[in-house]
Amino acid sequence: MRWLFNLSFRHKIPLWTSFLIGFSILVVGAALMTRAYEDMKNAVVISADNLAHTLANTVAPTLLHDDVWRTFEIVRSPIRGESAKTPVQVDAVVVLTREHKVFVSSDPETLPMLSEAATLGPDWERLTENLRTPAGIKWPLVLEPAGSSYLYVALPITDKDAQLGHLVLRYAKSVFHPWFIDTLWQAFGIGLLVLAVLIPINWYWGGRMAKPLVDLAQRMGMMLEKVPEPLPPDVYPYHDELGQLFQAYDRMILALRDKAALENEMVKSERLAAIGQLTAGIAHEINNPLAGLITVVDTLKLRRDLDPRVLRGLELIDRGLTQIRDTVAALLVQTRVQARPLNQHDLEDIHTLIQPQVGARRIRLDWSAAMPAELPAPAGLVRQILINLLLNAVQAAAEGGHVSLWLGRKDDAESCLTMIVRNDGALLGDEQLAHPFEPFASTRAGGHGLGLWVTYQIVTQLEGRIAARNIDGEVEFVVNLPLGETPCSTALP
Amino acid sequence: MTQKTFDPLPNRNRRRWLIDSGCLAAAALIGLTRKSQAASGKIRVGMTPAFLHDQHILLDEWRDYMAASLQRPVEFVQRDSYRETMDLLRLEKLEFAWICDYPFLHLKQEVRLLAVPLYKGRPYYSSYLIVRKDNTQVRSIADLAGSVFAYADPYSNTGYLSPRYQIRQTGRGPATFFRKTFFTWSHRKVVEAVASGLAHGGAVDSYIWDTLAHVEPALAARTRVVLRSADYGFPPFVSHHSVAADQFQLMQRHLLDMSRNAAGRRLLEHMYLDGFIVGSPSLYDGVAHMMRAFGET
Repeated sequence: MRWLFNLSFRHKIPLWTSFLIGFSILVVGAALMTRAYEDMKNAVVISADNLAHTLANTVAPTLLHDDVWRTFEIVRSPIRGESAKTPVQVDAVVVLTREHKVFVSSDPETLPMLSEAATLGPDWERLTENLRTPAGIKWPLVLEPAGSSYLYVALPITDKDAQLGHLVLRYAKSVFHPWFIDTLWQAFGIGLLVLAVLIPINWYWGGRMAKPLVDLAQRMGMMLEKVPEPLPPDVYPYHDELGQLFQAYDRMILALRDKAALENEMVKSERLAAIGQLTAGIAHEINNPLAGLITVVDTLKLRRDLDPRVLRGLELIDRGLTQIRDTVAALLVQTRVQARPLNQHDLEDIHTLIQPQVGARRIRLDWSAAMPAELPAPAGLVRQILINLLLNAVQAAAEGGHVSLWLGRKDDAESCLTMIVRNDGALLGDEQLAHPFEPFASTRAGGHGLGLWVTYQIVTQLEGRIAARNIDGEVEFVVNLPLGETPCSTALP
Repeated sequence: MTQKTFDPLPNRNRRRWLIDSGCLAAAALIGLTRKSQAASGKIRVGMTPAFLHDQHILLDEWRDYMAASLQRPVEFVQRDSYRETMDLLRLEKLEFAWICDYPFLHLKQEVRLLAVPLYKGRPYYSSYLIVRKDNTQVRSIADLAGSVFAYADPYSNTGYLSPRYQIRQTGRGPATFFRKTFFTWSHRKVVEAVASGLAHGGAVDSYIWDTLAHVEPALAARTRVVLRSADYGFPPFVSHHSVAADQFQLMQRHLLDMSRNAAGRRLLEHMYLDGFIVGSPSLYDGVAHMMRAFGET
């Protein structure tokens, strides 16, 4: 039995309500049918009473004159053929003499005249017993002997004050049983019809109520593994306790998501910061001996007596060292320089500077920069950020592809400068989306992967935010830089 | 039994009319006893009762035919039993009547024999002793001693006098022979009483039962003829003595001529009769003999 209570609400609610509907219909139906049966019996008795009075009055004179045939014709008149079987159809009419013998009956074959009524069977025995003790009898006498398939209604036949005998009407219950069964079937049909209408409604309603609960339970079950999805917004648009529960759940999920996003960002930032410290440390340690090495090589190269093979070796060493210096220099981002504010010329310069690359790759460039004459942002660093992002975009975009820049203050936020760069190149993979700014992560041949790392370093040191994502089939980088003391919100909307 | 064309009446009802009124059929009384009646010229003919409404239509046909033939208005008077028709004759409220042979003898001081119908070509019929079809034990009336018996009418020969005479022949008294007897006031109802099991046996007019076997075989088939009595003179048409001789002859001529014209033949056909003959009172000597046996004159 316990499994029944362990069933999902999805089944339990419709099952229980269906059961209750069926049970109610059954109980109401049974009550009505019991009533119908009683009513039918009463109708039979009332009809029998009327018939018995009429017949008793009509039969009295013929009984007085001992006119068997006339009496027979009278008692036979209410008997109909098989076709007229209704519950109030009398089955047999019997006229009993004062001595309780059959004077005449409508069915002489089974109830022959002159026979003692008491010998006609147990029913008649009981009936004559009742008729013999008439004291206290309320006429008509209605007798329904136990175990009998007949109902009897008896009335005395009187002429003035003299009692001539009794008139007995017999009704076959076997006739009104089928009639009752008919009614029962009819009621059953109506019940089925009601069920046919109610059950689907009930299953729909139950399912509709249970579905969000089931979804909720599933999502709550997954909560330890990850932040579950919120419920679909139209799943239960009402404000009862269930609706409130779902709303509370949705609020909780949103809060959990924000928290998770924040944690994620923090982890990323800390990781990048750690990498930054490590690289800065390494760069410093490399820079000191490197400066010496480069000086020595430069000095050596100035000597004229060098063997050409040695000179070639020196130049090789020189190029290598220079490459090391450039790389290390890129790792060491210096932002603490006094800088002039950003102006429109800077943007024009940037546009001009990237033109050769744009032209070489036949890139279509959308340029949308809402720029006042001057902004309180360090011009050099912003230039570097923009050039890095744009060149990265141009390289990433397909040959003949599309790159766009949007620069301005988003949502009229006075205190933040927003830069958005998009390209239509290959979308970022999951790994890249997870760590877009880590150094040496480039997938592009020929790139050392430091461009975005440097950009990240600059943005972070300016206390701005940078984010990357795939949107509308393009790759988008968004940078928010604070123009004053107020920090900017997260780069992504 | 050719029943091809006869006006609007369905065969069955036409036949029933015949059966109901048939043998018991009333005595016709000739005799315009009242001057007023003679003056009005209306002829009153007594018929035995049968109250199916369609019977009236058939009687109407016959009445119209008779009126046209006699060139006088005709009234058919129906009553519920022989006794009543006999009383009407005695009271001279009928000129003619079609009555049973037994009443004819009762009334022989007041009426004259007018004509006798021919049934199967003869002016005779008999009494049938019938029981239910499933009762195969009964071979004679003696086997019905102590049972319930249905008579047709106390003034019926075949339905009362004849069976009682047969009982008397066995040496028993008809009054105590049966446990219970009753009258149904019609031969057809004797058949019904026996068929339904109300009575164990009954006595019925052979003319009625034979006809019933044709027109209502389901009912007749529920009974079995145990015994056929001797032949008796067929129920006659009679006239009251007061009827003038010319009127008597006119009516007699009319009846005798019925089989000679198409309309008359058609009516006769529907009554399962072949015609009328003048007949002789000696036809009824057998009935008179039985009556004497019971002390009746």
